[in-house]
Amino acid sequence: MSGARRIFTRPARLAVIAPYLWMALFFLVPFGFVVKISLSQSAIAQPPYTPVFDLAAGWDALTAAFAALSLDNFRLLISDNLYVLSYLRSLVVAAVSTAILLLIGYPIAYAMARLPRGWQPLAMMLVIVPFWTSFLIRIYAWINILQHDGLLNQTLLALHLVSAPLVWLSTDTAMYIGIVYSYLPFMVLPLYATLAKLPPSLNEAAADLGCSPRRAFWLVTFPLSLPGIGAGVLLCFIPIVGEFVIPDLLAGSGSLMIGQTLWLEFFTNRDWPVASAIAVVLLAVLLLPLMIYERLQRRQLEGGR
Amino acid sequence: MKLSRFNLVSLTLGLAFLYLPIVIMVIYSFNDSRLVTVWGGWSLRWYRELFQDEAMLAAAWMSLRVALASATAAAVLGTLAAVALSRAGHFRGRTLFSGMLYAPLVMPEVITGLSLLLLFVALNAERGFWTVTIAHTTLTMCFVAVVVQSRLGSLDRSYEEAAMDLGCGPVEAFFQATVPLIWPAIAAGWMLAFALSLDDLVIASFTTGPGSATLPIRIYSEVRLGVKPQINAICTLIVAVVTLAIVIASLASKLSRAKADSAAPM
Repeated sequence: MSGARRIFTRPARLAVIAPYLWMALFFLVPFGFVVKISLSQSAIAQPPYTPVFDLAAGWDALTAAFAALSLDNFRLLISDNLYVLSYLRSLVVAAVSTAILLLIGYPIAYAMARLPRGWQPLAMMLVIVPFWTSFLIRIYAWINILQHDGLLNQTLLALHLVSAPLVWLSTDTAMYIGIVYSYLPFMVLPLYATLAKLPPSLNEAAADLGCSPRRAFWLVTFPLSLPGIGAGVLLCFIPIVGEFVIPDLLAGSGSLMIGQTLWLEFFTNRDWPVASAIAVVLLAVLLLPLMIYERLQRRQLEGGR
Repeated sequence: MKLSRFNLVSLTLGLAFLYLPIVIMVIYSFNDSRLVTVWGGWSLRWYRELFQDEAMLAAAWMSLRVALASATAAAVLGTLAAVALSRAGHFRGRTLFSGMLYAPLVMPEVITGLSLLLLFVALNAERGFWTVTIAHTTLTMCFVAVVVQSRLGSLDRSYEEAAMDLGCGPVEAFFQATVPLIWPAIAAGWMLAFALSLDDLVIASFTTGPGSATLPIRIYSEVRLGVKPQINAICTLIVAVVTLAIVIASLASKLSRAKADSAAPM
């Protein structure tokens, strides 16, 4: 049997070549370019930056290029309040949204896991269908509801809950609704996957030992669902930090999230080096929790063995 | 297990939250009134206008071609990656490889889009269909790899080993025994890649050139100008297509699982 496995590994190793090369070329190398351009001067040209490396010119050019590398863009990021505030706002928005997502998503995932076995695939499909539906469409659907004479205001007016239409669109409330709505499946699905795997006998044992259902939940179910919480939080938090479309369409024109700032620098101001520097810093800010998570998970795997 | 009232309420509210906005949008796509919020009776006029909007149709065609090409490439590359990760044991650079495969799943799209664009600019590639397709393949093959890998992980290897005992080489055993068994996962991965590609706005905005907008780029530029009934119509069409595709896919996978179960009783 192990012999058969060993025979398997050789063709399987050949299978790695194509995807490996692809990812190296189209995922790893591009980051090299981002870093490189973040270190170069901006210029009004096409492409709008001064190239720094010219490998063809040999070693001297290389050392000259290193001497010419500039940290100006990074200095700009620190010195200009706009960027610092954008980063902070993104982190705050992501943290608040993720907390709301957890609060809403956990009960949904828990209820799904408690459904009779036969119903669970249907419930899962019902959660997945909106996730497959274009997120742009889902954001757009909310614009229909939240605009000045939209359905929400019409309903509130008809119920006499308010006397004049409220402003929903272009507010932070609208943005949070949009984010929570779009990312809910990303929170529910990993939580459900973890909760559905927990054997109900654990809770029965806790009940036999005198736990009330609520205590059993906090002492047994909740701690065991922590890996699902970790996965859900990460799947939501990191992309939300870099979110561009939802704040652009739903939030007001006040303070920007960092994804919007990057977009603005890139497409409107055409300052590619600053946009790249923003991306590099954002990556550094986001990579840290990812690496911590990865390490925690590995430790857990090793502990489980 | 009985569902408590609390569970029932949270599930109902959760699903209502997920579906209500879409249902409202679908209903209003049949609204005859030019004003989006005033109900003017049932009508198909916005669908008619949509099919006369040539820019929108061209964008839809572009999106469809990109999605077909990138989903197919992603299915092949993603399956290969999944096979490597679950069957190759330890190889040099495995950590880097799996890191590269998982990173795009959580990476903010603005970073992925920006970095790919800078690569294309550096390579002096003409931006358009091919650059968007490459970008989408890169992103979606990671999703395919995850889907296929989870299926491969739960697959009993005795099928492959039996095929080899019967005289198949490892590659032949893989195609004769494994591929038919993981076919539903590959198909599901292809569909996921297809849907993600159709859906993507940010990466396509970075990697496309002038004159080759995808459908989300067109919709986005329209939505920024304000709500229009045609947008309700095209969004409804997309929702309908996606829902239909999911229903077909789940039926197909149920069927193939039933077939596999009856063919190979465990």
